[in-house]
Amino acid sequence: MLYRLANDYKATGVFTPKKYFSVDRVFRNESMDNTHLCEFHQVEGLVADRNLSLKHLIGMIKTFFEAIGITQLRFKPAFNPYTEPSMEVFGFHPDLGKWTEIGNSGMFRPEMLAPMGLPPDVRVIAWGLSLERPTMIKYRIRNIRDLFGHKVDLNMMKESPLARFP
Amino acid sequence: PPPLAETPRRAPAARPFTMPTVGVGRDELFARLGQTSYTPEDLVEEGKAQHEFDELCFEFGIELDDVTSDRMMAANEIKNADAEAQAKLDELDDTVIYKIDIPANRYDLLCIEGIARSLRIFKGLESAPTYQIIEPAQRQIMRVKPSVKDVPRPFVVCAVLRGMNFEENNYKSFIDLQDKLHQNICRMRKLVAIGTHDLDVVEGPFQYDAQPRDEVSFVPLTEEDKEWTGKALLDHYNTDPGCKHLKPYTKLIYDCPNYPVISDAKGRVMSMPPIINGAHSRIQKGKTTNVFIECTATDLTKAHIVLDTMVTMFSEYCSEKFSVEPVDVIYETADGGVESTETTPRLSSRMAEAQLTDICSVIGVELDAPTVCELCTKMQLGPASYDEATGTISVTVPPTRSDILHAVDIIEDVAIAYGFNKLIPGEVPPTQTVGGPLPLNHFSDQLRDEVARAGFTEVLTHGLCMTRENFDNLRRVNDGSAVQLSNPANEEYEVVRTTLLPGLLKTLKHNKSMPVKDGIKFYEISDVVLQDTNADVGARNERHLAATYAGLTDGFEVIHGLVDRYGSDKSKLLSSFTML
Repeated sequence: MLYRLANDYKATGVFTPKKYFSVDRVFRNESMDNTHLCEFHQVEGLVADRNLSLKHLIGMIKTFFEAIGITQLRFKPAFNPYTEPSMEVFGFHPDLGKWTEIGNSGMFRPEMLAPMGLPPDVRVIAWGLSLERPTMIKYRIRNIRDLFGHKVDLNMMKESPLARFP
Repeated sequence: PPPLAETPRRAPAARPFTMPTVGVGRDELFARLGQTSYTPEDLVEEGKAQHEFDELCFEFGIELDDVTSDRMMAANEIKNADAEAQAKLDELDDTVIYKIDIPANRYDLLCIEGIARSLRIFKGLESAPTYQIIEPAQRQIMRVKPSVKDVPRPFVVCAVLRGMNFEENNYKSFIDLQDKLHQNICRMRKLVAIGTHDLDVVEGPFQYDAQPRDEVSFVPLTEEDKEWTGKALLDHYNTDPGCKHLKPYTKLIYDCPNYPVISDAKGRVMSMPPIINGAHSRIQKGKTTNVFIECTATDLTKAHIVLDTMVTMFSEYCSEKFSVEPVDVIYETADGGVESTETTPRLSSRMAEAQLTDICSVIGVELDAPTVCELCTKMQLGPASYDEATGTISVTVPPTRSDILHAVDIIEDVAIAYGFNKLIPGEVPPTQTVGGPLPLNHFSDQLRDEVARAGFTEVLTHGLCMTRENFDNLRRVNDGSAVQLSNPANEEYEVVRTTLLPGLLKTLKHNKSMPVKDGIKFYEISDVVLQDTNADVGARNERHLAATYAGLTDGFEVIHGLVDRYGSDKSKLLSSFTML
């Protein structure tokens, strides 16, 4: 969708800032265990605007995680091939009572944006997390198959309370 | 809240690629970091020493993943150790090993020498070394014959390290670094393969060519008494269980009529890249002092990075610290003339730039030039200078930092040295936008509400399933419409579903204990994937709705009712109804 955004800019000469999100299925071809399947879900957010900074990315992430009850955050330098700087997001989890890694984030590298034709001062900040992991932490679910897939107990679906934060 | 360092050792949250892990001796690491004041109490597991190291790693961007020892690692392999196995275990080293995860683009952190030096520079305990090329009276020469282009393995880069002293620890580190490089940047030796040799037992000028595989003959490092010819040796490595660690590499050259060979002026085989070195020129602890390194490659850029990494990491042990001796590599033409030459290693320090305003703008903090220059020094990018006329910060990029590709790499390093966490609480971007879901997702959510209102429970099943679950078990012919996984890690996941039915039926199988009086009713609204030659990726997603009724009666009227209520094209929906 960044490509389409760039094409709109090329066609009209006007760049419109955008915020995108996605909650969708991802796949990986690795061995499975109690907490890992070949497919799971990721939540991603992205802001494309002029002169965005790491400070903005941190502000965005803080607001996002406050909505699911995590208010204390720390950021760690990381490496992603497509973002620079990159930060791993750690939060103090209120249910676990300890710090844990809760997501990944970064600013897209210019090499990714320039070929699409976006203006050079447009910066794209993005963050993401997996859906299953924080859910399993919050609801004390030990096996991912209890949460997603054909082995989920239909009774659990019927009897679970509404998801509310805090 | 408790300090960050209490994060338990755990699997990372879905990393998209593997981070290399380096095992380093804890005590040696702390000694290198100048940390000598820890008491035995501080050094216990999860004690003060570990917490402080965790914090340092967190700030710098690496991670202490595991605390173990040779003994513990071996013990983990054995389930129940009987007395005899336990005695063997007790003989193993129990020196504490820290396993550290490092970023995939940092080849200078793949050994204890590199990690310790980078952390010392980060802490301001020392400045980044200046690596020197020291000219010998006569440079070593490596002649490359055109036959290597046919393998193909056309490139080689070389260097000499003088006055080294190999003892237990640094010898192991030297071997381990080569392994790590082979596994990472070298792509399992395919792109680059490293060979290291005792310079004093061989004689230049050296030669790199491709020799007929049944003629090249030498004693390899794995067999100290027997000579082998090329193909016979590879056959041996393919079959002998004692050499199974070499089996993955044999296919890189097996089918070639001529195998790559590095040899000396006397025709002695030093190595047969990328498989194995010769026993004659092997590095020996306590004996070898002058080292000849050759990296043969299919990718010249990577070869230079690999060679630069080897020499920058280990030149600290040379008699002239941080110095390297160059080698002339001469690429010959078919008639023995010179096609091109290159003097290696490159070991070049280059300059890179970033605008001061960009640095401040990307990070989101106002920093003056002297501060930025100082921060650069902490990240091995010093000396750094500022040109007020152009507003440019210039940094010195050492040969250890091949990951610096663009101004943003400099900016990230400045941000790390400044401290990401100093930016907390951050600032929400002032970007004004109007948001909303995609129309398809909005519609799906509305439909989910409606179907649930009809008394059906929603489920979410896997997109991947077995081929027979998608076709045979549904009594459908496999028409090739399903996208197949070419290398499934798991037999349960062979194809991407073209129908939601397999998931629903498997859900029923696992929920047979549900009360049947009013029927077991559930549904799913989710994507299926179909092959499609019109799509740019060869497949398209379709959003499907499927509902299931199972009970004491067939419940046809229940499904019919659902279809009546929400199906606009009854014939289409009815055609996919299956009575079970």
